[in-house]
Amino acid sequence: MPRISRRKFVQVSGVGALAARAGGMAAILASGRAPAFAQGATVHWLRWNDFVPSSDTLLLKQIVPDCAKDLGITLNIEMINGNDIQARTTAAIQSGTGPDVICALNNWPQLYADSLAEVSDVAEKIGKDQDGFYRESTVVANNGKKWLGVPWCIVGAEIAYRKSWFEAVGVTKFPETWDEYRAAGKKLKAKGQPIGQALGHSFGDPPTFWYPFLWSFGGTEVDKSGKKVTLDSKATIEAVKYGVAFYKDCCDDGGLAWDDSSNNRAFLSGTISATLNGASIYLLAKREPDKYQTEKGTPIWQDILHGTMPKGPAGKFSFQLPMTNMLMGYSKQKDAAKKFLAWITSKPVYQKWFDSQGGYTVGATKIWEQDPIWNKDPVLAPYRTVGRGAQFAGYPGPADRNAAEVLSKYIIIDMFAKAVQGMAAEDAVKWATGEVQKIHA
Amino acid sequence: MAVSDLVTRQAFADAPQRGAATRLLEDERWLAAVLLLPTVVLLGLFIAYPFVEGVWLAVTNATVGVPGKFVGLANFEALWNDSIFRTAVYNTFIYTAVATVFKLGLGLWLALLLNRNFRGKAFTRAFILLPFIIPTVLSTFAWKWMFDPTFSVINWTLFHFGLIHSRINWLGEPDLALISVIIVNVWRGVPFFAISLLAGLQTINPELEEAAAIDGARAWQRFWHVTWPLLLPVTMVVMLFSIIQTFADFQLVYVLTGGGPANATQLFATYAYQIGVGTGLLSQGAAVSLAMFPFLLIVVVVQLLYIRRVEVH
Repeated sequence: MPRISRRKFVQVSGVGALAARAGGMAAILASGRAPAFAQGATVHWLRWNDFVPSSDTLLLKQIVPDCAKDLGITLNIEMINGNDIQARTTAAIQSGTGPDVICALNNWPQLYADSLAEVSDVAEKIGKDQDGFYRESTVVANNGKKWLGVPWCIVGAEIAYRKSWFEAVGVTKFPETWDEYRAAGKKLKAKGQPIGQALGHSFGDPPTFWYPFLWSFGGTEVDKSGKKVTLDSKATIEAVKYGVAFYKDCCDDGGLAWDDSSNNRAFLSGTISATLNGASIYLLAKREPDKYQTEKGTPIWQDILHGTMPKGPAGKFSFQLPMTNMLMGYSKQKDAAKKFLAWITSKPVYQKWFDSQGGYTVGATKIWEQDPIWNKDPVLAPYRTVGRGAQFAGYPGPADRNAAEVLSKYIIIDMFAKAVQGMAAEDAVKWATGEVQKIHA
Repeated sequence: MAVSDLVTRQAFADAPQRGAATRLLEDERWLAAVLLLPTVVLLGLFIAYPFVEGVWLAVTNATVGVPGKFVGLANFEALWNDSIFRTAVYNTFIYTAVATVFKLGLGLWLALLLNRNFRGKAFTRAFILLPFIIPTVLSTFAWKWMFDPTFSVINWTLFHFGLIHSRINWLGEPDLALISVIIVNVWRGVPFFAISLLAGLQTINPELEEAAAIDGARAWQRFWHVTWPLLLPVTMVVMLFSIIQTFADFQLVYVLTGGGPANATQLFATYAYQIGVGTGLLSQGAAVSLAMFPFLLIVVVVQLLYIRRVEVH
């Protein structure tokens, strides 16, 4: 092992440190050396178990060593079930110790605003370099005063459906309106091929379906200012009544007990004909064509297409699942963690992860819409632009702490679930309004 | 004066001078305090401190990362008007009562069977404990698969035997979901009752039953008038433990239903977790958790008094 003299060490480490201070990430990369201040630092990054396992492999096998090489930071990645991230975050904040960076889903950063370190400099730089963030990524990660985290990605939610089954009931183009979708679903359910829609306590599929469903009928939980609760309205009651009818006419009854992976399994086993989901169903079916087949023995992925959420009387809406990397306020490695965030979200590094996703997510910035990945497979094309018009919980008000609380307590989801279970639509809306009002009190 | 006395006295005089601490410990009051100290510290650290912290949190408006201010009983007032909390209270009582009755009945039946002599007795007794030994989360995941709306092996079996013609939505129907979590709790808890009651049965002198049999008592009479009264103190202790555990159950429901569908299986602990840890409303979560305390206190006091009375008689 070559001996390094003290003088040489100071010279070498000085180059990295100077580069970091003077020129940021570009300079660090140009210098070819890790910045001295980060030498020996360890950053602990907590994130979900990805629905695309190859991305987790990439992070562990390639990004971790690259991080050590480029930044001199030891990256410790921990992956857990998405539904457990909030519990870990609360425990970490209360004990003042835990992961330095936590990748949050939805608008959870708003719940922890006081316990997060400001990352405005990093987020603004990334936004500026990459054509800006989508509105949805911004509203969940920024509370109007500061960036609570650096937006990471958006998991697109589109309706995966069985092309041949829809064609068999006379639907050759995916339904544009709820009435058309309901008519198709009714026929499909009669044939034992129902639509599958989660209506339980889980972070992804239930809110990404039932929130825009409500909005498309004109129902909203608050007004534009976010201060007045507007849930108890004719539009909401109409949405709930329609939701119940849609569920009874078209959906698999199991949805009330489903989590985010249940519909994937149901679809791939040929139990359901359509479901709102990320592209993971299609991607998995394509990766394992011999395992996932149709009743005719052909690969099921060849029979999958994607459609967007249908239109209601008040228009067409979507709610995509945003993810944000939060730098925790208790972290003792804030500088290193910031450098890591800037590095991992920079185009060359993010590109590797983005490629591994294969279309399952879009970037939080608009630049990723132009990526050639979207030209590879036309079936994934609907996911390319999911970030454009997406709204978020709290719409048309801010995606603030109150909206996060309503979402975390599953009040909107339970409003529909209670009605599906037999409660009168008016009573379900009244119950939900009371709960939302308590949060806003 | 005997020679031995002289030797002892000499040995005592030659012994090294005792320190102040040793002299202090010779006083039984001090010795008792010192011996109790580790227990007191452990209890204080792991039981009293969290409890006091919980009480304090419940009377503040603390949220995650924000210490909060004293708000008196405002959180409890909010709970009083909280329909989900009322559902959780109702569910917890139903869950505890039904599960305990079934665990007692089945556990006692199993204990009586296991108390007989048969081949492979030791193996069977060990095997019976299996549900109790397997980590709750693990076994509950297995049950989750068995109750899965799409892939339920129970439904498949019933369907293939022609007993059902449409699928049973175990975890999707509110009442069925509550029944399902009770079934799993009973499955898991029966071995505890069985083994504990079996231990109790083995302490009963068989001669008492024989004497009753000679006097012409039938099997049921022998059980009701001889075995049951002698088994009662053990039964009460086992029930006490079981009620406390079932009342504060969390893992099983969290894994199986997460409190759903639409809060239909929400218990004290799962609701406290959802709003305290999930939503970050620590004070409200603590209030839900603390609301369990008076109920449990009454159960414990009543049962301990009863056990005392039974023992005295």
